[in-house]
Formats: sequence, structure tokens, C-alpha cells
Amino acid sequence: MSSTAPARGAANPRRRAQRRRRMIAWVFVLPALLLLGALVLYPVFFSIGRSLFDASGDKFVGGANYVEMFRDPATLKAVRNSTIWVVVAPVLLTGLGLVLAVLTEKIRWATAFKLVLFLPMAVSFLAAGIIFRLAYEQNPERGVINAVVVGVHDTFTDSSPYPKARAREGDGLVSADGGYRTEATARPGQSVPLGLVGVPPTEVPSGAGPAAAAAAVPAGDDELRGVVYLDFTPGGGGEPGVVDPKEQGLPGMTVEAVTDGGGVAARTTTADDGSYSFTGLADGSYTLRLPAANFAEPYQGVNWLGPALITPAVIGAYLWIWTGFAMVLIGAGLAAMPRETLEAARMDGANEWQIFHRITVPLLAPVLTVVFVTLVINVMKVFDLVYIIAPGPVQEDANVLATQMWLVSFGGGNDQGLGSALAVLLLALVVPAMIFNIRRFRRSES
Amino acid sequence: MSAPGITEVPRPDADAGRAVATPKSGRRRRRAASRPPRGGPVGWIMKRLGSGVVQVVLLLVGLVWLTPLAGLFLSSLRNDRDNASGGWWTSFTDPSQLTLENYTALLENSAITSAFWNTVLISVPTTLLVVLLASLAGYAFAWLEFPGRDVIFLVVVGMLVVPIQIGLLPVAKLFGEIGLFGTIPGVVLFHVAYGLPFAVFLLRNYFAQIPREMLEAARMDGGGEWRIFVQLVLPLGRPAIASLAIFQFLWVWNDMLVALLFADSESQPLTVALQQEMRQFGSNISVLAPGAFLSLVVPLAVFFAFQRHFVQGVMAGSVK
Repeated sequence: MSSTAPARGAANPRRRAQRRRRMIAWVFVLPALLLLGALVLYPVFFSIGRSLFDASGDKFVGGANYVEMFRDPATLKAVRNSTIWVVVAPVLLTGLGLVLAVLTEKIRWATAFKLVLFLPMAVSFLAAGIIFRLAYEQNPERGVINAVVVGVHDTFTDSSPYPKARAREGDGLVSADGGYRTEATARPGQSVPLGLVGVPPTEVPSGAGPAAAAAAVPAGDDELRGVVYLDFTPGGGGEPGVVDPKEQGLPGMTVEAVTDGGGVAARTTTADDGSYSFTGLADGSYTLRLPAANFAEPYQGVNWLGPALITPAVIGAYLWIWTGFAMVLIGAGLAAMPRETLEAARMDGANEWQIFHRITVPLLAPVLTVVFVTLVINVMKVFDLVYIIAPGPVQEDANVLATQMWLVSFGGGNDQGLGSALAVLLLALVVPAMIFNIRRFRRSES
Repeated sequence: MSAPGITEVPRPDADAGRAVATPKSGRRRRRAASRPPRGGPVGWIMKRLGSGVVQVVLLLVGLVWLTPLAGLFLSSLRNDRDNASGGWWTSFTDPSQLTLENYTALLENSAITSAFWNTVLISVPTTLLVVLLASLAGYAFAWLEFPGRDVIFLVVVGMLVVPIQIGLLPVAKLFGEIGLFGTIPGVVLFHVAYGLPFAVFLLRNYFAQIPREMLEAARMDGGGEWRIFVQLVLPLGRPAIASLAIFQFLWVWNDMLVALLFADSESQPLTVALQQEMRQFGSNISVLAPGAFLSLVVPLAVFFAFQRHFVQGVMAGSVK
């Protein structure tokens, strides 16, 4: 009795203590588990079930929603766009991150640089969306990206100052190939005035002078000359087809002398007073031509937010946000690399490129894989950026799975059966990542 | 640090954080690497030249990265007429365009200010709740015994990548039935639920590294689990909790999708209020640009104040 009592007495409190500890454990985990169960786990099963019913939820349709997904053109487009995203964005980001991480190793202000590139990670997709809507604006006067594009374009190709100029009907010029040519032919020794209209006086280049004096100069024997002028007298009173005293020459206009055979015999550009002159032409008759380039519309930049380029444009904004992430993560891997290996390779005379692709990249492969996989998972769920950057009319061209799921379920589509099916598809796409996570966790625990 | 991935737990000295936070380590290493000089004078010149090119390239990249933010900021300081007639860069030559009018108007715009407070009312409680619930659960998963513990935890790990989209419809229905739909508590609860898997995972792994002897000594001293949790586990877990809190806070502060569905016009946060302004895009940059900047100020302040935890939090949380 006396020997068993303490034992039983000890067992009981121990069991009671154990029960009490379990109770406490449940108190610790239950709040989290209840929320997870009700708002994460239950919805998974609910969505799977709901995806098997029609839009109203009354009729069981089996896999019809999943078939519909690949039949409905809008959803199909979303599938296609999501594929583009998943293929392009992670590759670009990993590549860019790798290159920048390697380059930052070589500078003293690496910290500041990383800070700058990481900064967009603090920015919401909404704000980033607004930022890039502003930047992608089509008008090069407002959108910074097109301002740069047009600036670069115009440095390499001259733009015409006279996009709106045209010839008046019946004054000797007829339109040809987007430009104009003289109706009658001319021979050396003649002076031919070429009158144009449609240029607002404010858009005449500031250096332009009156054309009348140059128009009055007689042509030499072997010279074919004349003026290109604005056949319009400010304030009125001018006579059509005549170079009146107040009328301005149009400088910088290209004039061609075309032979009867159609070949260009000579080409020149008008001076400030609009005068042009061909000398040394073989005797014969020529047509004078103002080629189309004189009247070209100015280059207006790229239509980033149009249907064709909207997905690349949004991916560009995504790169702005995530490059810092890829770079810092890869940089951390780089910092952990054995320096001796690199030094040894340098000693052996390897150049920087050989070191990069023979040593750095293979050694970094595990880090690159993690970056890549992380980005794939994130890219699959991209929503806000697409929703914000794509203007209403091109929304459908930009749609990805997440936005399409939203539109179908809540944004007017109101088909919660198809919406659920899309949500389940999104879930199914991340299942490999889920399994990967669980496996990796179990391995790290054992 | 090897591949910093999902099972990686942030430590006070994790490299991802240090990479941004402390300049010294990198500089020291580089200096060591650049010595001794090799390849003779030609090689030295080539190297210098190469490094000059690298400097210029990176400087340009940095400028390109800052330009969009600068553009937003300058646009937010110009009125609609100026914004319509020319780009923000014209204010370099004509600084008289810059004015604080948009911001004073924004602060008098009750729709925007109340949306700003809603953002605070959503993100602060969410962060606190996630940290509290995940700390409790993380500790239990790491150190307390209860049936099914390991299986349940694996399920939580599986939930890490569950997309938010899967919850939208069912939870909207559920909240509709219990009157939470369209309310701030509803938005908060949804965020907490979808923040928990990562938070529990992170903290459980961090707490699991606490030496067993420490906990046992505390238990020997007669400390109850609650006291151990508050006095030992929470203080020890502070670095991980800080990273988690920052990540969670930013995630919710910047969220638009969840609030778009679960918040009504009374409880909508800044992101949703601004999203609705997008319909008139072009004519209301005087609202959108300063509004976007207002929504940026807090995350940027967090970013600069807690660089290291910020980077760690974002890195660890990127698995979401």
C-alpha cells in the first residue's frame, strides 16, 4: 500500500499534467488553426466543388467549366498571356539579377546601388502601376519613355518640319508617291517657283526669309533654279501661284530633278529663302519633285499601352519592381562563393567571361534555381499591375489568369463556376511548388 | 549563405540583410581580391578601364531605376494643366510649375484621407494579429506536444503557396452570411488567414532553434508555458518577429486585391480609392500622383528605417 500509493499518486498528476499541457498546446495553436481551416482550407474544397457547377450554382456540370476555360477566347488569351509571363519574366529577372550582382561586386558603392534597386520592392503594385501608366504615356511630350524613344529616333533620322504642307490644286504641282512633282517639265535656264500651303506661319522655321528676291534671280544657262515658298501672304492680299513680297521661303525642303526616264538626276535642299539651284545638269527636260520625306509625320514613339505591346509593357514594370530582389539574393550567393576558386582561375589566366560562365554560374546554380522558382510562383499570381496599367479597352489583351479569374467572378462576368475553375487552375499550377516546399521541409527536419 | 530558400530562417546576420545593410564587409573583401596587382601595366589599365565602364553602366542603371519614382514625385507637384501640356521633366527648366497645391487639396479630400486611415486600420491590426497568432502557434508547433502536431504542420507548410484567389469567392460568401463582408474586420481576418501559413512556418522554424536546455531550465523553475512564451520565447524571437512584422505590414499596406472585394466604400483603403480614380486617368493626375506618393511614404519610411529587417522579411516572404 505504502509502496504503490506514491506511484499511483505520481502517475495521476503526471497524466493530469500531460493533459493540461495538451490543453495549453491547443490553446496556443487553435486560434491560428481555426482561421486557417475556415478561410484557407475550407475555400480550397469549396472552390473545387463550386467549379463543377454552372454560373448560378444550381446545376452540376462536371468538368464543363474546365473545358470552357480553353474554349472561351478571353480566357484562352489569359492562359496565353500567363504563359508568356511565366516564360519571359523569371528568365529576364534571373539573368538581369545575375549580371548586376556580378557587376556590383566590382564597385565601391555597391550598397547604395543595391538600395536603389531594392527600393521598388517597397512600392505597391498600385503605385507602380500609376508610375508606369504615366511613364508609358503615348504622347512623347508627356510619357518619359516615349520622350526618350523619340529623342533617340530623331537623332538618327531627320524629322520633317512640314508634315502638314500641301500644294494647292492647279498651281503646277501634282501629288506623287506621298510628295509632289511639277506638272510641266522644265529645262536648265529656267526658274521654277514651287508654292505650297498648309504650313501655319508659327511653324515656319525661324530662319526663313522672304522668297521674292531669290525668285526674281534669273537662272544661268546650265542652271535650273527656283524657290520653294509658302504661297500665303499673312494678312491677305497675296495672289495664288505668285511669289508675293511678303511670302516666306521654306528652308530645308528636299528638291529632286527627275529625268524623263524617272531617274533622279540631282537632289538639293532649299536655303533659308527657300531657293534651290541645280547646276551642271545635262540639257533636257526635267520634272521637279518634292519627295514624300518632306511631308512625313513626326515620329510619335511606341504605342506601349496598345493591344500589341501591353503585356511586354507590364512585364517591364514588373522587372522594375523585382530586379533588386533577384540581384540581392544572387549577390548573397555570390558573397558566399569560395574566393580561392576564382583567384586560382585568375592566376591560371582565365578572363572575366570565362570565370563568369565556367565558374560563377555553375557554382551559383542552386541560388539561381531558388530565385527562378520563387519568381515563377510570384509571376503566376500577378494581378494588380495588369489590372492597373492596362487601360480599359486593352484590358482583355493584357489579361492573365488572376485578372481573368477576377473579371469572370466579380467584374461583370458573374460566372462563379468558371471563376472557381480558374482559381482551382491557379492552385493546381502552384501544387508542384507546394510539394517542393513540403519535401524540402521534411528533408531539413530529418 | 547557401541557397536562401524556404527553409531558411532569417538570422540577425543573414547575408541577404547584410548585403544591403553593411557596406564594410563588401569593401574589405573587394580590396583583398584586387591585391596583388597582376598582368603588368597593360592589364592594370585594362582593369581600370573595365571598372570605369562598369561604374558608368551601373550609374545609368541606377538612374533608370530612380527615374520612375522621380517622375511620380515631380508629377505630383504639378497641376493638371501642366501635366497635360508637358512631361514632368519640363519642371527642371521651369521650376515655377512646382506647387504643393495637390497635396493640400489631397489632405482636404475626405475620400482620400479616410481611405488613408482605413489603410492604417487594416494593416496595423492585421500585423499585430498575425504576429500574435503565429507566435503562439509557432511556439506550440516547435515545443509543445499535441496529437497530430507534425501532420498539421505539414498542412500549414502546404498552405504557403495557396493563391489568394482560391479564397475570394468562398470567403466572400461566408462573410456575407455572418455580416463581415464589406467591413474592416472582414478584410483584416482574410489578410490574417492568408498571412498565417508563412508566419507560422517562419516563427516555428526560428523558435525551434532555441536551445532545449534553456526552455527546460525555465520549466524547472516552475514557469508556466505562458510565462515562458512571454518572457523567454518572444524576446529570443525578436529578429524573426521584426522581419515578419515588416513583411506582413507592407504586404497588407500595399494590398489592393483583397480590399477590392472585401471592403465597401466606407472601409476601402487608399489603394482601392486610388484604383477607382484610374478610370479618369489623364485628367486627374493631380489626385493620382500625390495619392500614390502618399501611399508610398509609409513603406519607404519603413524601408529606410529598417533596411536589414526589410530585406530579410521580403526575402523570406517571397515564397508566398
